[in-house]
Amino acid sequence: MTNSIFEKRKRISDKSMSFFIYLSSLLSVFILVVIIGYILYRGLPVFNFSYLMNTTSIINDTVGILPNIINTLYIIVLTLLIACPIGIGGAIYLNEYAKNKKFVDVISFTTEVLSGIPSIIYGLFGMLFFGTFCGFGFSILTGSLTLAIMILPIISRNTQTALETVPKSYREAALGIGATKWYMIRTVLLPSCMPGILTGVILAMGRIVAESAALLFTAGSVHVLPANIFTHVLSSGGTLTIELYLQMAKGNYDVAFVIALVLIVIVLGLNMLAKLITKKFDVHEVKN
Amino acid sequence: MENKIVAKNVNLHYGSKHALKNVSLDIKENAITAFIGPSGCGKSTFLKTLNRMNDYVENCKIEGTILLDGEDVYDEKVDTTVLRKKVGMVFQQPNPFPMSIYDNIAYGPRIHGIKNKRELDRIVEESLKAAALYDEVSDRLHTSALGLSGGQQQRLCIARALAVQPDVILLDEPTSALDPISTLKIEELLLDLKDKYTIAIVTHNMQQASRIADYTAFFLVGEMIEYGQTKDIFSIPKDKRTEDYITGRFG
Amino acid sequence: MLRSQFHIELNNMHVELDKMCHLVIEAIDRCVEAFQNHDLELAQEIIRNDKAINDVERSVESKCLSLILKQQPVASDLRDVSTALKVVTDLERIGDQSADIAELILEMDEKDSYLMIEHIPSMARVAIEMVTSALSAFHEHDIQKANEVKKHDREMDQLFEEVKLELVQIVKENKDHVDLAIQFLMIAKYFERIGDHVVNICEWVEFNQTGKVNDTRLI
Repeated sequence: MTNSIFEKRKRISDKSMSFFIYLSSLLSVFILVVIIGYILYRGLPVFNFSYLMNTTSIINDTVGILPNIINTLYIIVLTLLIACPIGIGGAIYLNEYAKNKKFVDVISFTTEVLSGIPSIIYGLFGMLFFGTFCGFGFSILTGSLTLAIMILPIISRNTQTALETVPKSYREAALGIGATKWYMIRTVLLPSCMPGILTGVILAMGRIVAESAALLFTAGSVHVLPANIFTHVLSSGGTLTIELYLQMAKGNYDVAFVIALVLIVIVLGLNMLAKLITKKFDVHEVKN
Repeated sequence: MENKIVAKNVNLHYGSKHALKNVSLDIKENAITAFIGPSGCGKSTFLKTLNRMNDYVENCKIEGTILLDGEDVYDEKVDTTVLRKKVGMVFQQPNPFPMSIYDNIAYGPRIHGIKNKRELDRIVEESLKAAALYDEVSDRLHTSALGLSGGQQQRLCIARALAVQPDVILLDEPTSALDPISTLKIEELLLDLKDKYTIAIVTHNMQQASRIADYTAFFLVGEMIEYGQTKDIFSIPKDKRTEDYITGRFG
Repeated sequence: MLRSQFHIELNNMHVELDKMCHLVIEAIDRCVEAFQNHDLELAQEIIRNDKAINDVERSVESKCLSLILKQQPVASDLRDVSTALKVVTDLERIGDQSADIAELILEMDEKDSYLMIEHIPSMARVAIEMVTSALSAFHEHDIQKANEVKKHDREMDQLFEEVKLELVQIVKENKDHVDLAIQFLMIAKYFERIGDHVVNICEWVEFNQTGKVNDTRLI
């Protein structure tokens, strides 16, 4: 073997692997583009703004998804209101206060398991526990409580990961200057963790928007406009996803694709919002 | 010179590990006291007992007394917030908070209840000046502290510690992550500060101890082997182990 | 052992220093021998060898400075290096004075000049003894021995006084002996100076152990 640097070898396995990886990434982008493209292709021609303004009613002979949009937003907000304090608080406890390592491990393991359970089981539990046992019946509240349990692991896990990445030195610095533990958490840890926590929240929102099985038997599928913003909590309401499922079951593909279109717009919007907020809250980014 | 801190028979256990063995040592007021010794000898641990930073370590048990101006630091009645206002700490890695330079300095005073904007402005300016950083950052007080160089960040951390007007400043290897010039700047700064404050510094750099410290204590596997004036320790140490360590015959 | 390069260099310096001590003892030994036997050949050799002593001195100095520059020695290492730096100066002076005596021997033609002045052989004996024991004290880091050696300097000074008186007597008796008397005076003075340098070396033995010279802390 000569020792010249000009003896360039052909590394076949290297080349074929890079080609394969390149192909895989292309494929995943391609699939996404095809799905979105197909939804646009089917949804746009039949799209009409009246869908967004109307209620589906046989009496008035109107088709619309306004109540579903409202229900979706309603459930997102309510679920997050329930899940965020518990999830973030729990994560803070586990990461900053809990002294018993075994206990933390058990909780973490439980959380992992919880996030792997099929959502229909949550639905079943929610219906029987919140709906029947607690007496909330078929209602947005029952749905939100059920979803809250479902997204708790996501929020808590993300918060914990974010807390873990905050350098120990920040904690030492704050405590070393006389901050109490809670003051340190409030002023140093939480601001530093904001991007991580928000990522969890956004993921959770995605999960809420996408959910159907857990909602079918808890929040139900009613699509009437809320009479009162507060009492609406205790009435049944179907989200967009539920409505999509029902419309498909009835064979109304045009309406189904319009809903799909709206859903995709909402998901994209949420993602963009997430990016924006994360950037705004990223304390590590040096702004000069 | 007066004794600012008096440690008597301090024993510290981490679980089953006996990390400090009967350490007794007086820290003199308005002087720099250096703690040297190989890694794991207990010098940092001892430093942290002085403002109770070990409180947050699990399974950490401390016996003995540590008196600050004659008051027992480990008494049940001690408010650690007030203790740490009096005994500030600067760490090995420069650790400014991810906030503006101004907010970093104001962090401590805000904990201790200072809200007045003008008062905070004054403290921030004075602290930065005391830490010889003001001229370098005066035009960008409201930009992120993370944009500063390592040496500047460490001086910011010193300024942050000074902002609560402590009596004692503990420094845990404050220059080990810095370049030589920044290191010399920090050393100059400490020499300036000792007129007003009592300084205790843990250092791996023996030359640093000999350059700036008035007193030096040598630790070895949890024991305080020798303590005295720095010039004695580095010219004619009494203990063979001190001699062997500082001359590099073991470590 | 850590800092092995440092200790190799420190050791090299000590080897050179030992060599210098050896050369100086040899110089003073031969000097007295040449004087005793009026061995002009040997006297010539002493003068030639003085250059070797000077070379070793430079070598020790350069090694010490390089140790200070590169290794910043502390504690016993610092005392070792600074002692070496100081001691070589006195050693070199002793070597010089031996060579100076050798030069004077060359100028003398009397075969038995060594015995002409009663106390000069004693001075030579004391000088050899002082240099030899001082260097062994230095070698053994023996402060007590060094202090003993220092006491001999008084003896040396007394002998010098005696020699002076003798010489005055000789010149008084015969004015023609003035030249010779001056030469003897110079030889005696060189021996006396050697005694002073030995005292310095003894002081550095003390410093090497305690950091003090005559109870004054230097570091």
